[in-house]
Amino acid sequence: MSIVETKMEARPKRGRAVPIAKAVGRFLVAAVTTYLGLLAVTFFIGRVVPIDPVLAILGDRAPTHVVERVRRELGFDLPLYQQFFIYLKSILSGDFGTSVLTTNPVMVDIKRVFPATIELATLGTIIGSVIGVPLGVLAAVRRGSVADQVVRVIGLIGYSVPIFWLALISLVIFYAQLRWVAFPGRIDIVFEYSFTPVTGFYLIDSAMQGQWDVFYDVFRHIILPASLLGYFSLAYISRMTRSFMLNELSQEYVVAARAKGLSETRVIWGHALRNAAVPLVTVIALSYAGLLEGSVLTETVFSWPGIGLYITNSLQNADMNAVLGGTIVIGTVFIGINLLSDLLYRTLDPRTRSR
Amino acid sequence: MIVSKFNRTFRQLSAGAALSIMMAVAPAAFAETPKDTLVEGFAFDDIITMDPGEAFELSTAEVTSNTYSLLVRLDMNDTSKVKGDLADSWTVSDDGLTYTFKLKPGLKFASGNPITADDVAWSFERAVKLDKSPAFIITQFGINGDNVTEKAKATDENTFVFTVDKPYAPSFVLNCLTATVASVVDKKLVMDHVKSVTPSADYKYDNDFGNEWLKTGYAGSGVFKLREWRANEVVVMERNDNYYGDKAKLNRVIYRFMKESSAQRLALEAGDIDTARNLEPGDLDAVAKNADLTTVSAPKGTVYYVSLNSKNENLKKPEVQEAFKYLVDYDAIGSTLIKGIGEIHQTFLPKGQLGALDEKPYKLDVAKAKELLAKAGLKDGFSVTMDVRNTQPVTGIAESMQQSLAQAGVKMEIIPGDGKQTLTKFRARTHDMYIGQWGSDYFDPNSNADTFTTNPDNSDAGTVKTLAWRNTWEAPELDKETKAALLERDGAKRAAMYEDIQKKFLANSPFVIIFQQIEVAGARKSLKGFKLGPSFDTNYVGPVGKE
Repeated sequence: MSIVETKMEARPKRGRAVPIAKAVGRFLVAAVTTYLGLLAVTFFIGRVVPIDPVLAILGDRAPTHVVERVRRELGFDLPLYQQFFIYLKSILSGDFGTSVLTTNPVMVDIKRVFPATIELATLGTIIGSVIGVPLGVLAAVRRGSVADQVVRVIGLIGYSVPIFWLALISLVIFYAQLRWVAFPGRIDIVFEYSFTPVTGFYLIDSAMQGQWDVFYDVFRHIILPASLLGYFSLAYISRMTRSFMLNELSQEYVVAARAKGLSETRVIWGHALRNAAVPLVTVIALSYAGLLEGSVLTETVFSWPGIGLYITNSLQNADMNAVLGGTIVIGTVFIGINLLSDLLYRTLDPRTRSR
Repeated sequence: MIVSKFNRTFRQLSAGAALSIMMAVAPAAFAETPKDTLVEGFAFDDIITMDPGEAFELSTAEVTSNTYSLLVRLDMNDTSKVKGDLADSWTVSDDGLTYTFKLKPGLKFASGNPITADDVAWSFERAVKLDKSPAFIITQFGINGDNVTEKAKATDENTFVFTVDKPYAPSFVLNCLTATVASVVDKKLVMDHVKSVTPSADYKYDNDFGNEWLKTGYAGSGVFKLREWRANEVVVMERNDNYYGDKAKLNRVIYRFMKESSAQRLALEAGDIDTARNLEPGDLDAVAKNADLTTVSAPKGTVYYVSLNSKNENLKKPEVQEAFKYLVDYDAIGSTLIKGIGEIHQTFLPKGQLGALDEKPYKLDVAKAKELLAKAGLKDGFSVTMDVRNTQPVTGIAESMQQSLAQAGVKMEIIPGDGKQTLTKFRARTHDMYIGQWGSDYFDPNSNADTFTTNPDNSDAGTVKTLAWRNTWEAPELDKETKAALLERDGAKRAAMYEDIQKKFLANSPFVIIFQQIEVAGARKSLKGFKLGPSFDTNYVGPVGKE
C-alpha cells in the first residue's frame, strides 16, 4: 500500500547550498517532466488495458448502433496519439473532462472526494507521528531492551498484517462489540440534511458552525479508520526514528553534551532529536503523501467516500477521465509535499540555507 | 497507487473466520435508524444516470421504479400479466396495431403539475430521440425519431395512443411498456432545464430534452420522489404526497453505499442499516441465524450459463455440446456454491415469465458424456479454455466444471479476468468457453428468446451482437419460431410456442444453462413489509414500514 519506502532518495543532499532561483527552476523542470511522464504512462496504460471503455459506459445490453455512436462521440475511433494530444490540449485549457460514472466534471468530483481523504490522512499522520516518534526515540535510547523489542514487534505487525483484516477486526471490536465508534461513512444519516459542509472537512466545518453534536458524531466516524492509518504510518515512522536517533546518539557532540553534564532529557530531546528531526520530516511528509493517495482498502471497508475509492472504482470501469484527473491531483500533491518538506528542511537545518 | 489485491477467497475466509470468533461473544446494545426512515446498505456503484430515458442499470431500475410512474406495471400477483399504473384502462384495435390508453383522473406529478397524456407522449418522444441504451425497447415497435410524434401521441388530455408496426402479441407490447424507459416524466418541469445543443449527424435535434439535468435531477410521480443521488455515497428518496395510490408508509428511504458484504453484515447486526442488500453466502448464513434479523429472497429474471463458441471446431460439434451438458455437477453446485443465491435452472426463460419451462433433463453423467464424445470422434478428449471473471459464484462453478470435464478427458484451462475484461473478449467472440449471466432487458419472454436464438448476420462484423452471435451459432428454425411467437396474439398459444422453443434449445444448442439467480437481502425484524420483486424494477419500498 505504501510507496514511501522507495521514495527515500527524494531527500536532497545535505549541506549543499543552492541559490533559491536555481533550485526553483530545477524544481519546475523536474515537475513538468514528471507530469508529462505521469500523464503519458497513465493515459496509455488506460487505453491498452483489454477493457472496452464504451462497454464500461453503456453496459452489456446496449444495442450495437448506440455503442458505435458513443465510440465516435468519445473519440475512441481516433489513433491513440491523437487521443493523447486532444486530452493534453483540453487539460491545458483547464478541462479535465467528465467522469462517465458520476456524470460530473472530474474536478467537481475530486473536490468532493479529496477532502474526505485529506481529513482522514491528516488525522492518521498526526496519530502516527505523535505516537511513532516517541516510540522510536524510546527504542533507540533503550536499544536492545524489552522496550526496543516491543516497539519492533508493534512495527512489524503494522507492516505485515493486511490492513483490510485489521480494519474488519477493529470494526468488530470497537464498533460491533464496544460501540465506541460509529460506522459506516463519514457522518450519521441523522445529520445528513441538518449539516451543510463548507470546506468538506467535516471536523472543521462542524466545529466552525458550533454544531458540537455533529462534531462528536464525525469524530466517532473518523477515529477508527484514522487510527488504523495512524498505526500503519506509526510502524514506519517509529522504525525510521529509531535508526536516525541511533545515528545521532553515536555522534561526538552527544558525548560532548553528556560530558558537559547536560541532563539526559536535554541530550536526547533537545540535541539528538533536533538533529534527527531533519530527515524525519521527509519521512513523515512522504508517509503523509502515501496516505493521501487514498488507502483503497481502508476506504472500501469503512465506506469512506475518498479519492482512493473513487479512482479504484473508476479504474475498474475504464473511466479514464476520472483516473487521469485523480492521478494528476495526486501527482501534484506528491510534488507539492516534496517541495514543502524541502522548505521545512531548510528551516530546520541551517546548513542547507543559502547564504 | 498500489492496490493490494489479496486473493478474494482468502479475504473472505479470514474475515469470515475472524467475524465468527468475535461475534460468538454476546452482542452489545445496538443503534437504531430513525423510525421514519428506511436505511439500506447497497453497493450501487453501477448507477451512472438517473434519467429514466437513459438508465439501464440494475440499481437504477430499483430507484426509478420507486420514483416514477408508468402507464402499466407488472401485476405482482401474476407476473405474466400487467395492470394499470397511470392508465385507468386500455384497448387494442382489431388489427392489433393501435393501443389506446385512458389515464386515471386527477393525477399529479410530485412537483404539483397535472399529469396529462401530453406528458406521456413527450416522455416517449424524448426516450426515442435521445436513443440511449434502453431506447430499443420502444423503437423495436417500428418507432424512430422521425415518426415518434405520430406513433406515440396524445389525442386529448386523458388519451394516449400508441401505434406499432406489426400486429404483435399484446402481452409483448404491454410487457415492454412496464420497462423503466417508458416512465412518464414531468414535461413542464423538464422543459425549464433543457439545454440547447448543436445538431450533428449522430444527433439531429437542437436540444438535449433535459437529459443533462435529469441525470441527477428528478421529474416523476412515483410513490417516492428522488431527493439526491451522490455517486458511491447515497441515494435519498422522500415520500411523494402527490402520489395517486397508497402513500408510502415511511417518510424517507436512504440507500447507503456499502461495497463489502462483511461490512454490510456488521452494520446490519449493529442496527445502523435496516437491510443489507449484497450479502455473500457466508454472511447470509450468519444473518439467517441471528434472532433479530431475517432474510428475504426472490428469484430474478437472470440466468447463468456456460456457452461454447462454435469458432472452436470441437465445440461446434452437437455431440460435444450435448456431452458438456452432462458434465456439470448440478446437484453439488446447487447445494453449495449457489446455496441461497440461486436455484438450478436449465432453460433460458426464468421462472415468472410467460411461457417459462421448468425442465431439468440434465444431470452429471460422465459415462453418457464419454459416449457422446466418442461419437464425435473425440474419445481421448481435447483441450479448451474458459474465460472466467474473478468473482463468485462463477469462479467456483468454473472450477467444478473443470473437474467434471476432466473425468471425461477434456482438459479445461481457466483464464481468469476482470468482469469488463472477459466481457470485452466475449463480445469480440475470441473465447472458447465463457461463463456469464443474462438478465432480461424487459419482462417478456421475447427478450431472452431473442438473444439466445437470433443471429441474422453471423459474420465477424455482425449487426446484432446477441448471445447466439457471440458464440458464432445460428439456429434459423428457432429464430423463425421466436419471430412467430412475437406475433401470436393468443396468450396461451404464445406461451406454448416459447415452451416448444425452449425444449428444442435444451436439446440442441451451445448453451449450458445452469441456474437462475435469486436476489437475497438481510433485514432487521423490526422492518414490516420488506419484499423483493421478481425483477430489479419491482423491488418496491412503498409498502415498507417499521414497528
